[in-house]
Amino acid sequence: MSELAIETKALSVWFGRNHAVRNVTLEIQANQITGIIGPSGCGKSTLLRCFNRMNDLIPNARVEGIVLLNGENIYQLDVDPTEVRRRVGMVFQKPNPFPKSVYENVAFGPRLNGIASESELDSIVRESLEAAALWDEVKDRLGESATGLSGGQQQRLCIARALAVDPEVILMDEPCSALDPQATAKIEQLMTELAKEYTVVVVTHNMQEAARVSNSTAFMYLGELVEYGPTAQIFENPKNELTENYITGRFG
Amino acid sequence: MKARDTGRETRRRLTGTVLLSLFVLSTGIAIIALTVLIMDTASDGAPWLSWHLLTNFSSRDPKQAGLRSALFGSIWIAALTGAICFPLGVGSAIYLHEYAPRNRLTSFINLNIFNLSGVPSILYGLLGLGLFVDLLALGRSIIAGALTMALLVLPMMIVASREALVTVPEGRRFGAYALGASQWQVVRRVVLPEALPGILTGTVLAMSRAIGEAAPMIAISALLYVTFDPTSPLDRFTVLPIQIFNWISRPQAAFAGLAAAGIIVLLILLLAMNAVAILLRARYQKRVRE
Repeated sequence: MSELAIETKALSVWFGRNHAVRNVTLEIQANQITGIIGPSGCGKSTLLRCFNRMNDLIPNARVEGIVLLNGENIYQLDVDPTEVRRRVGMVFQKPNPFPKSVYENVAFGPRLNGIASESELDSIVRESLEAAALWDEVKDRLGESATGLSGGQQQRLCIARALAVDPEVILMDEPCSALDPQATAKIEQLMTELAKEYTVVVVTHNMQEAARVSNSTAFMYLGELVEYGPTAQIFENPKNELTENYITGRFG
Repeated sequence: MKARDTGRETRRRLTGTVLLSLFVLSTGIAIIALTVLIMDTASDGAPWLSWHLLTNFSSRDPKQAGLRSALFGSIWIAALTGAICFPLGVGSAIYLHEYAPRNRLTSFINLNIFNLSGVPSILYGLLGLGLFVDLLALGRSIIAGALTMALLVLPMMIVASREALVTVPEGRRFGAYALGASQWQVVRRVVLPEALPGILTGTVLAMSRAIGEAAPMIAISALLYVTFDPTSPLDRFTVLPIQIFNWISRPQAAFAGLAAAGIIVLLILLLAMNAVAILLRARYQKRVRE
């Protein structure tokens, strides 16, 4: 069995009095794609945001339990959330490049880490864009604004931006929901490529997407982790009746 | 049935046309009023526009009178007011929008800043008189005037900066946080660069307001006859609106013409400042796009 990238133990999240994630215990394998599915409001994005402490930014959010990132509890009191976020990359539902040049978008993270050498930045930018399958499309316009790229290109730029800090895990929150089918196909192919080097956790609304790309799938409902297992088993032979009802489209 | 529908359709179209004409009319009234005002001022003031209007000090002889000291005074006031209210306004806006907890106290402060921008300017003048002129013993100096004006335009400056910060999409902030940026880094590297054009526009508008206001300057008694160029912020001064006000209140018809010419100078100054704001913004946006 391969090693664990993320492990949660009795993880709960509250927003005020709303118990959004309930007592989730989950093990995420390294160098795999793990999909999290479930109907809107089931807590899947909230769970994802626990893995890089993004919930800390939401007023009245409260997190209880343990999240181990490569064995280290990132919710321990002496852990700085910004340090955690430098170890975990995140791609959002809506592409959110900065209104800066393509180059500066990718160089943003390395610059935060204090890398100032031009040649070093040049090579990081190039490698990250290559890894995000975007280099060939933008190599002649690195100095142009990123907001001029197409939606799919912008999303791959956001992936490149996340890769540039060499993260241990990449979190994707419905990365294709704002994209057309062609751009979606490119991102999905890219995810498979990325899993060779990185651990990828993807939240998706789209069951077919989870079925296509993920190795393991977790099904959440009303804040609880209902079922978790190899993707084939979840989709072909779900053990829980709720899971079966959801994947067969009876609700959600 | 069909006939009734057509009737309703006609009525609906009629209502639309009537409302549209009303809206055009309201816009028209504003534009016509402004045009008449400008044309009237221009025809009164044009004969009095001359180089020595700018280079001469004020005088009892309308042929000799100029607004040199008032022009210098206004430029001093605008520059110092901008320099004082920019850091204060941007700082407050950053605190209120980026850092302050979203609670009742913050909304209360926000509401009050909004209300402050509606306080009559004469009250700021009286505050400036008590606080800067007397208590801090700055006298009736340029710096006392600029501090007073800075207080007056600060609420406006904060509101404008806040509006500029609000336009930065939340997703960009989260994007930067997700890369491990601290709150200050998010503000410094993502939020401020994007909000800067809006903030600059707000600053220039605040400076324009400082140039156009007369009441607070009257309260702190900016001098009417200044026959020297102010060279330090501690010098006494006068400003354009006061000079214009003074000329207009004289009985001789010639001074009315001079006042109109003064208004033209003031308008040109304000338009020039707004042009600078637009240029700055255009240049900044181009740099971002490159």
